[in-house]
Amino acid sequence: MNTSIHVTVNGVQYSHMVEPRLLLVNYLRDVLRLTGTHVGCDTSSCGACTIHLNGKATKCCTILAVQADGCEITTIEGLSHNGELHPLQEAFNECHGLQCGFCTPGMIMTAADLLQHNSQPSETDIRHALEGNFCRCTGYHNIVKSVQYAAEKISESAVAPAEVKA
Amino acid sequence: MSTNGLIGRAVKRVEDKRFTTGHGNYTDDIILPQQTYAVFVRSQYAHAKIISVDTSAAKEMPGVIAIFTGADLAEVNGVPCGWQVNFKNGDTMKEPKHPLLVADKARHAGDAIAIVIAETKEQATDAAEAVMVEMEELPCVIDAAKAVQPGAPLVHDDVPDNKSFDWVLGNPIDEVNEAMSRAAHVTTLDFVNQRLVPNAIEPRSYNSSYDPASEKYTLYTSSQNPHLIRLLMCAFVLGIPEHKVRVVSPDVGGGFGSKIFHYTEEALLTWCSKKIGRPVKWTSERSESFLLDAHGRDHVTKAEMGFDAEGKILALRVKTYANLGAYLSTFSSCVPTYLHGTLLQGLYTTPKINVDVTAVFTHTTPVDAYRGAGRPEATYLLERLLDLAAHEMNVDPAELRFKNFIPPFDGVQQPGYQTQVALQYDSGNYEGVLKKGLDMLGYADVRRQQQEAAGNGKLLGVGFSTYIEACGIAPSAIVGALGCRAGLFESGQVRVQPTGKVSVYTGAHSHGQGHETTFAQVVADKLGINLEDVEVVHGDSEAVAFGMGTYGSRSLAVGGSAIIKSIDKIIEKGKKIAAHKLEASADDIEFASGRFTVKGTDKSVGFGEIALTAYVPHVYPKDLEPGLDFSSFYDPTNFTYPFGCHIAVVEVDKETGKVELKRFVAVDDVGNVINPMIVEGQIHGGLVQGIGQALFEGAEYDENGQLTNASYMDYCLPRADDLPMFETGSQVTPCPHNPLGVKGAGEAGTIGAAPAIVNAVIDALWSGGHKVKDLRMPLTSERVWHALQEVI
Repeated sequence: MNTSIHVTVNGVQYSHMVEPRLLLVNYLRDVLRLTGTHVGCDTSSCGACTIHLNGKATKCCTILAVQADGCEITTIEGLSHNGELHPLQEAFNECHGLQCGFCTPGMIMTAADLLQHNSQPSETDIRHALEGNFCRCTGYHNIVKSVQYAAEKISESAVAPAEVKA
Repeated sequence: MSTNGLIGRAVKRVEDKRFTTGHGNYTDDIILPQQTYAVFVRSQYAHAKIISVDTSAAKEMPGVIAIFTGADLAEVNGVPCGWQVNFKNGDTMKEPKHPLLVADKARHAGDAIAIVIAETKEQATDAAEAVMVEMEELPCVIDAAKAVQPGAPLVHDDVPDNKSFDWVLGNPIDEVNEAMSRAAHVTTLDFVNQRLVPNAIEPRSYNSSYDPASEKYTLYTSSQNPHLIRLLMCAFVLGIPEHKVRVVSPDVGGGFGSKIFHYTEEALLTWCSKKIGRPVKWTSERSESFLLDAHGRDHVTKAEMGFDAEGKILALRVKTYANLGAYLSTFSSCVPTYLHGTLLQGLYTTPKINVDVTAVFTHTTPVDAYRGAGRPEATYLLERLLDLAAHEMNVDPAELRFKNFIPPFDGVQQPGYQTQVALQYDSGNYEGVLKKGLDMLGYADVRRQQQEAAGNGKLLGVGFSTYIEACGIAPSAIVGALGCRAGLFESGQVRVQPTGKVSVYTGAHSHGQGHETTFAQVVADKLGINLEDVEVVHGDSEAVAFGMGTYGSRSLAVGGSAIIKSIDKIIEKGKKIAAHKLEASADDIEFASGRFTVKGTDKSVGFGEIALTAYVPHVYPKDLEPGLDFSSFYDPTNFTYPFGCHIAVVEVDKETGKVELKRFVAVDDVGNVINPMIVEGQIHGGLVQGIGQALFEGAEYDENGQLTNASYMDYCLPRADDLPMFETGSQVTPCPHNPLGVKGAGEAGTIGAAPAIVNAVIDALWSGGHKVKDLRMPLTSERVWHALQEVI
């Protein structure tokens, strides 16, 4: 009854036989042992399981692994490149945007999706984008600041090469 | 004594990187060799007799390893309660068994009937569905005040009136009644402090294993206090030798009180791991978290406050029914009593106080400490009374507070303040925080805006809350006298490694509070070394000698003080080693900025060299042992008493009743601050749990004892787009009785916030002529809309 799936996760190709009822989040956590993606509710409500599925922020606790067949996935473990942290990962440290850290991977993945589409979000934009991710520790105040900080850093680094050319 | 300026600095957290890169290590992330998975069969009913449990079909299902029911555990104790409260007549509280699996009756929806263990979680889930349970549903009681009425269904057959205990504190009731009779004005409030679900985002998770070779158990648990779990589980539940059990709390995804307690699943999984000879893991689903994680609050109260003609408080009289749920959870009995009744002095000079509490069993999830624990209930009671009295007497609520504040005292030059309800406050400057809050708010401007808004058909409201809490739990002698069955000291070990690097072992536990940073700051500052040369170890009973964990804003005040004691011993011994090296008397050695110096000379030696000398001594004085490693225990002499002023500004939509939180000003005095960034973060998070109670959250049971909003689709947690940015300020009144002068910041926000919001909404309603006394939290649009229809 098991089904074969082929996925690319954080740039690495995997093929596995999986039970049809296996959730994508459990595939990532238990089969690939990428435990940075968390389960907070199993009903797509809390956002702790947010990953990027074909480039789009997606809550993977209500997706079957078989539905991800052929897809490209990025998890929190794949967000930094060559040891260099994503600006959001730096920003959450800089602005104290996390406490217990449990919601943090999902929060960062959702925010990364936002910044891909809206490089200069307002406070309202950020709060709206994050409304599907629960945090019980920070009161969101410093998470909003973290996203603002990362947006600034990203736009600075985008401007910087032009200045060098000039 | 700060030596390199690390104390007081907003140092970025050293623990963050593992969390932002997905390398945290939470209990559910752990898979052990030969891992098995557990799923529970739970009662659908709030109250039902178990007729039969048939596991025969389930046992034949694929992958099933074992199934245990209550009958298999008849000889095993239940989980204990850690705090004994006595009835008014001196009798011991009623403390019925809280079994690991129920055999006779289910007493709340979710009570565990059987545990199914299989090779995979899916197989365990399938088999659990095949366990046939025949039950006879019985009438249930949900409401605490109704549970004590004659004829109410009984939760425990041997507790005839569902009363666990009744309890009274303060001045004799006759004196309070007499003072009340002299009052020019009495404000009365009948209200409910609703039940909340803590909702740490990481669900509870346990993974227990048994090694037959060493006859040793290892329990990984999402707990706030691994050592306490080990003690309770070994000594009171399973009767296994404590040195044969290792309890580890790795990264824990928030607790807020709900992960303090020793839950039945921890002991049951440990028992099962030996029975089956393989590790057993269980992670709560969110729906189980709603049903099983100890809830918070749930008080039904009548409170009366009497004032003289000048507005001075004369007396406070309180009657509370506290709902404890179906069983006594670990600290449940102290929450409505010693963490609630003792705080009813508030910040005020109230000369006569009497509080009477009846603690009641109902067919609901057990209730225990949830962020603030008793102190939010006390603060809500007092601060609602103060603002309502101000409205009724037509005086300004800030002025009414200034009139009644205890005058400033530092606990050194001026003595501590003895309350009417057992405590002695350590130090305080209550008018200071209110003055600062009013300045930050621009009070006069906001009142002007309120009048303008009224002119434009809008309702703006300002609400106050000036709170105090008792933290730094706890002075062992005092809590022992109050019924706690354990001293609540803390341990702290400082081990200087030969190369001068330092490992710190604390019995406190971080589940978001940032101890790995703040404790390292303290140690690096005191020893004059770099922050990165200090490592903080916590959460492992094998690594840390003993500990009481983290709750009640105790980590730094108690755990940090134990570490300071060890640092003092390190420096003392370092001086002796330096004296030996520098050929001077130890009395002549001074230590500052990481160097030991002979007084009045330029002869000195660095900390690193002393560390190396301590471990590689060739020629050493006879009276000096090698090594540089000290352990200490610290037992505080008193609680600490942080306080503050919270002010909310809200706008109420007259058409829909929707409340918008426009501004929130919080001025908190938590004593000395080690890391202001982390303290501010604690305040923010605390505020939102208080705001959550005021505006969004509340457990709702139906008459059949079903928790009707046991999911995130139904239970309204605050979201990012529900909230404004906060305006925070601080004042520093050091704690006079611990070495760092710290008071604790974990619960302040939650304690202060809820009454400020409700007071603001009621102020908005009064500004529009709707003179309501009370609104039941959470203040949904519907409830506010109904209040808007009342014009008095």
